[in-house]
Amino acid sequence: MEKGHKKIRLIARLDVKDENLVKGIQLEGLRKLGDPNAFARRYYEEGIDELLYIDIVASLYNRNNLSGIVRRTVDEVYIPVCVGGGLRSVEDVRAILSMGADKVAVNTAAVKRPELITEIAKAFGSQCMVLSIQAKRSHSMPSGWEAYYDNGRAHSGYDVVEWAKRGQELGAGEILLTSVDCEGLRDGMDLDLIRAVTGAVTVPVICGGGVGCGDDIVDAAEAGADAVACASVLHYGQETVQELKEEIRAGGVEVRA
Amino acid sequence: MKVTIIDYGLSNLLSVQHAFAHFGAEICLTNRPEDVLAAQLLVLPGVGAFRDGMAGLERLGLIEPIRQKAGEGTPLLGICLGMQMLFDESEEFGVHKGLGLIPGRVVRIPDKDADGNPQRVPHISWQGLIPAEHRDQETGFAGTALEGVKPGQECYFIHSYEAKPAAPEYRLADTVYGGRRICAAAMCGSVLGVQFHPEKSGPVGLEILRAFAKLPKA
Repeated sequence: MEKGHKKIRLIARLDVKDENLVKGIQLEGLRKLGDPNAFARRYYEEGIDELLYIDIVASLYNRNNLSGIVRRTVDEVYIPVCVGGGLRSVEDVRAILSMGADKVAVNTAAVKRPELITEIAKAFGSQCMVLSIQAKRSHSMPSGWEAYYDNGRAHSGYDVVEWAKRGQELGAGEILLTSVDCEGLRDGMDLDLIRAVTGAVTVPVICGGGVGCGDDIVDAAEAGADAVACASVLHYGQETVQELKEEIRAGGVEVRA
Repeated sequence: MKVTIIDYGLSNLLSVQHAFAHFGAEICLTNRPEDVLAAQLLVLPGVGAFRDGMAGLERLGLIEPIRQKAGEGTPLLGICLGMQMLFDESEEFGVHKGLGLIPGRVVRIPDKDADGNPQRVPHISWQGLIPAEHRDQETGFAGTALEGVKPGQECYFIHSYEAKPAAPEYRLADTVYGGRRICAAAMCGSVLGVQFHPEKSGPVGLEILRAFAKLPKA
């Protein structure tokens, strides 16, 4: 049977602070861009494959503020929605799923208490539990990257590759891997990081940080990414979803029509 | 038309409700046997583990009502885990009995592709629907809820287990993952199961739900 080319999912990442879509560079220096629902709706109509909402100040305030935004999104957007930021317990996860989220991305709370990964996977299935890892280059880690949390501000002391493997063993059904070094720069992704993590786990890996054009996504797919999360390249209107998808196809990687 | 969605405590039901409401359906979200028995159309959604899903139906006394309605010819749509539960049994976390409405069983997706290379599990992807092998490759979806789907149109899959219908006649649509066919839709009489999430598959998925419930176009 024909196997075809590698196929990837294209995900729009929407970082939210209070009620606004925001975007920073290397997770710092946030700029307000507008109503996240309007962006979500536009990306859906343009053919994005999935949405990823992150409440980026949630872990500071210990709560996720996205319920209302997610609830409004799923009124009109019929694609998978993943939500992260400040989710600390099975009850927090249940609450956001009841608002229409399909999966949750957990970083800080999982670093602090890795058993939470297993608890969420048991309660809602592994497919629901996405382990979010913010990776920064580090000479002191065997793999060359250390996992951070609180938007790239706090060290976990975990080696990124080891943490990804452990997360999978604990029940994560997917990994969201963000390169803090490349994030917001639109200058290409950390392909060594993508190779290192996708080669070490068997669950799908969503890679983010650094997408500036379709070719960057092609490179990421060839390095092993199963999905790519884009933010600046879409939010600033540099390219539409369809334009990105055409570039991806032109590069020999399949993507949904 | 009223659509009765079975809530046994496992999943995000909002999207399924919205999708049917989008076409003007009246929705009954329920965990009560009497509502199931009174249903015109039944939807069994679900994510998570097979064992937990069946335990939820059992605890609520819903297994016999669902079987009875399917036996009477009430249209029943199972989605994702809801589709897998329509089969005889699953090997997820030990062998567990299903509803037995479509002959066949549910097995783990192999961790190697057709060429023997490692492949990702869970399978999370938008994949094209193609008519099962014994069906006409152009018109194979005619007369079913998938009739608005052009072969090759993509839907969203997220699963670690796959259904293996006992005979080709129960197989409606396939998709290809890692060079192998996976059952994407199975049917037996008025019972239809879809492995993908039509409520999460954009306009293609919405059209499947509309056609299943025979609702007017929005």
